[in-house]
Amino acid sequence: MQQIQPTKQALTLFEKIWNKHVVMERDDGASLLYVDRHLIQDGSAPAFEMLHQRQLKARVPSRAFGTPDHYVPTIGRDLNAIQDPEKRAMAQALEDDCERHHIQYFGLQDSRQGIIHVIAPEQGLSQPGQLIVCGDSHTATHGAFGALAFGIGASEVAHVLATQTLWQRKPLTMRINIEGPLGKGVTAKDIILSIIGKIGAAGAVGYAIEYTGETIRNLSMQERMTVCNMSIEAGGRAGMIAPDEKTIEWLKDKPYAPKGVDWDAALDQWREMFSDSGSDYNQVVQMRAEEISPMVTWGNSPEDVLPIDGIVPFPADAPSAVKRQAIENAEAYMGLTPGQKLTEIQIDHVFIGSCTNGRLEDLRSAAAVVKDRHVAEGVQAWVVPGSGWVKSQAEKEGLDQIFISAGFQWREPGCSMCLGTNGDQVQFGKRCASTSNRNFVGRQGPGSRTHLMSPAMAAAAAVTGRLTDVRNLI
Amino acid sequence: MEKFETLRGVMLPLDKVNIDTDQILPARYLQKPRANNFGDYLFKDVRHDDQGLLRPEFVLNQATYVGVQIMLANDNFGCGSSREHAVWAIYDGGFRAVIAPSFGDIFFNNALKNGLLPIRLAKSEVMSLFSLAQKNPESQVVIDLAAQTVVASPDFSASFEIDQFSKQCFLEGIDELGYTLSLLSQIEAFEKK
Repeated sequence: MQQIQPTKQALTLFEKIWNKHVVMERDDGASLLYVDRHLIQDGSAPAFEMLHQRQLKARVPSRAFGTPDHYVPTIGRDLNAIQDPEKRAMAQALEDDCERHHIQYFGLQDSRQGIIHVIAPEQGLSQPGQLIVCGDSHTATHGAFGALAFGIGASEVAHVLATQTLWQRKPLTMRINIEGPLGKGVTAKDIILSIIGKIGAAGAVGYAIEYTGETIRNLSMQERMTVCNMSIEAGGRAGMIAPDEKTIEWLKDKPYAPKGVDWDAALDQWREMFSDSGSDYNQVVQMRAEEISPMVTWGNSPEDVLPIDGIVPFPADAPSAVKRQAIENAEAYMGLTPGQKLTEIQIDHVFIGSCTNGRLEDLRSAAAVVKDRHVAEGVQAWVVPGSGWVKSQAEKEGLDQIFISAGFQWREPGCSMCLGTNGDQVQFGKRCASTSNRNFVGRQGPGSRTHLMSPAMAAAAAVTGRLTDVRNLI
Repeated sequence: MEKFETLRGVMLPLDKVNIDTDQILPARYLQKPRANNFGDYLFKDVRHDDQGLLRPEFVLNQATYVGVQIMLANDNFGCGSSREHAVWAIYDGGFRAVIAPSFGDIFFNNALKNGLLPIRLAKSEVMSLFSLAQKNPESQVVIDLAAQTVVASPDFSASFEIDQFSKQCFLEGIDELGYTLSLLSQIEAFEKK
């Protein structure tokens, strides 16, 4: 007799992870989700303060991990190097709060310290199928491992500390599928900048994104992290990529990855973490990799992005009055003239680093361009490795010497000039070629002018002194 | 959290898309203690020029808007960084509601947790409110949370969605954490699964 199999509903990767973490649902449709990993950085003092006001303890401290990154100096490893006492207090507060609540802390003297989104994957803390949160909007980085990872605010950080859970409304799902080979000089950063240019800075508001397709599959884990990292710049709540053999290879033998029989059990679970064929997304975006060029931003939103061979846009070409005004404002702030070639834009600073592009492969790619060249006259160029591990690996490979002999500063790990909270800022009116993630007004310091690009493109800008098509240098 | 039932007043029109939380609250104030009045840092670099002088053309600096409690904004308001300080700055600046066609997701959640009511209206409705505010900056709107409406007599009326839980928190002035702490037994049961 033939048995009728119950039809199993086809689920997306997002839905599988979501369903696995629902503790309960509220009448209004919000779900209480259980948090596997809570990553904590040194902006978390207000959240701990909320906890202390209610005399609460961290409920499951073994699920939390802290490291200082936003306020740490990049010229040394001594907190006393932070001039501003309020800023020093923020970094110190994290250490004290972690100690008080028995949370694993990777301090400045610990080689495992670094930008939280760089070190969690290095330690094997970010794993497929997990729900990961952090009081930082670039938490989607960990989605590269097939996790549901997203940024939260201070009240939510306090909520997670106190309960290990979080109320969330289920986002919609968006699939961004990219097929085809990437051209010469085109990187993961160019992929995500192109996506943002295509769908807009609000294109994915209310959505969890899954990146799929041959182009994404062919990316390394580090490249996948770059793509997922900037999901928030497209407005996305989260961004994720289904795990595969590369993911498993990365996790094997990492300090916090499961071991022995736990590893085998984990593999069984991880191999279930993919979107079933026939699963539905609320929206699907298709792209071709061949159409992606090395990209740079010209304005004050990550959606203000163009291929490097483009020109500064004419406001009159804008589709709406609001957009026209936005272009005029951005060009005034950025000191640019409509019609000007992007490759004619002179720069003052280069910043290679951040949770977007501060990993080892990023530094290798920049060093390959810098090798046997020198930083242009008048340009101040920095490399800020994303973590102690990245820094020491890069030094083993001699990358530091390539940068230093070319005239770069080789600094200590931290968020640094991405947002300048530690004092590493771009001066008023100065222009920076930056591998970070935001080109907002004042992002790198009051009056700073930011152009976002890949590490290879930033390296090319460093050696020529202007925005440059890296394809001409490799 | 402060109670919110109805709110009547003029609107501060910020007709720009993608206003990010770095503009609302520059990163260099993130280390300030919550006891400070974050309203002092609200739109700090938009309000002031590089000499530190108030820019008269920025609406928040104009006499019409002294004491304004309702912000009217365009698409993707509060995008970018997760900093809750952006909500604190708006709240401490005296605002109790922001109306926009869309919000950054994290900002929206942060607002709900701090007594700042984020109201999503259709783009066309927001545009009507902008033209109303442009024609007559003294035009008042009435936000009625229980009825979930925004009304500007005589011609404008719109309704908005809010989840019933957040609505109750606003109406009663209570917060979410207290509620979740009463559910610890369910959380423990989940952990034992």
